Amino acid sequence: MDRLSEVFSALADPTRRAILARLAEGEATVNQLAEPFPISLQAVSKHLKVLERAGLITRGKEAQWRPCRLDAGPLREVADWVAAYERFWEQRYEHLGEYLQKLQKHGTPQEERDE
Amino acid sequence: MSDKLTVTMPSDLDVKMVRVFDAPRALVFEAHSKCEHIKHWWGRGNPLDCELDFRPGGTWRFVEHAPDGEAYAFHGEFREIQAPERIVQTFEFEGMPGHVCVETLELTEEGGKTTVTSVTRFDTKEERDGMVATGMSDGAGESYDALDQYLAKLS
Repeated sequence: MDRLSEVFSALADPTRRAILARLAEGEATVNQLAEPFPISLQAVSKHLKVLERAGLITRGKEAQWRPCRLDAGPLREVADWVAAYERFWEQRYEHLGEYLQKLQKHGTPQEERDE
Repeated sequence: MSDKLTVTMPSDLDVKMVRVFDAPRALVFEAHSKCEHIKHWWGRGNPLDCELDFRPGGTWRFVEHAPDGEAYAFHGEFREIQAPERIVQTFEFEGMPGHVCVETLELTEEGGKTTVTSVTRFDTKEERDGMVATGMSDGAGESYDALDQYLAKLS
């Protein structure tokens, strides 16, 4: 799987998004991250592995502590992709709006013969 | 009602776009269903090659020719067509192969104006395989809003 797909997959889970939102406020340990969720530490660790593989978080090296940090880079890629998609559609719909006006002025599509 | 495009990300990785057109629904639907119309708007003012087999299971392919000489190709497949109110299709940019989106278009008419609501979902492999539980619990909604705002700050 390429990077963008991996990031989208990682983001497709509400628990992982909640973890990222928490990390947007600052680094945290696995225990701190697990606190708000009714799931096991082991399950949280699994989610962290997915996020780490997607490059969305990095983890400290200290064996006991290993705080997690958000890495905004891949999120920016997603945001860029979505922004480009939106911009294209904004322009398309702008042209569709104008085209529909033209169609209505000059008659129904069936009568349109300027092709 | 505004004729400007509004964009939100309501859940998961859906991108929702709403646009009001000053035209009856049948005409807006028609403009989505035939190359002779699509050529006039889909290319954003650029010349467009259009192939379209407008039926469920049929495919489409558009190539937009940008002023810089580059050609941008897109293709997909119609999954569902209910004239004049609903179109579900896949969307893939050939410049980034493998990123398949599913676009759902809903058309509603009120007072002679048509609202087009498009929801685009990034179709991950996990989703195709049914391994990801889609939808979102209420509890996660707030945390997602926070992430959404964070994404907004980044962009």
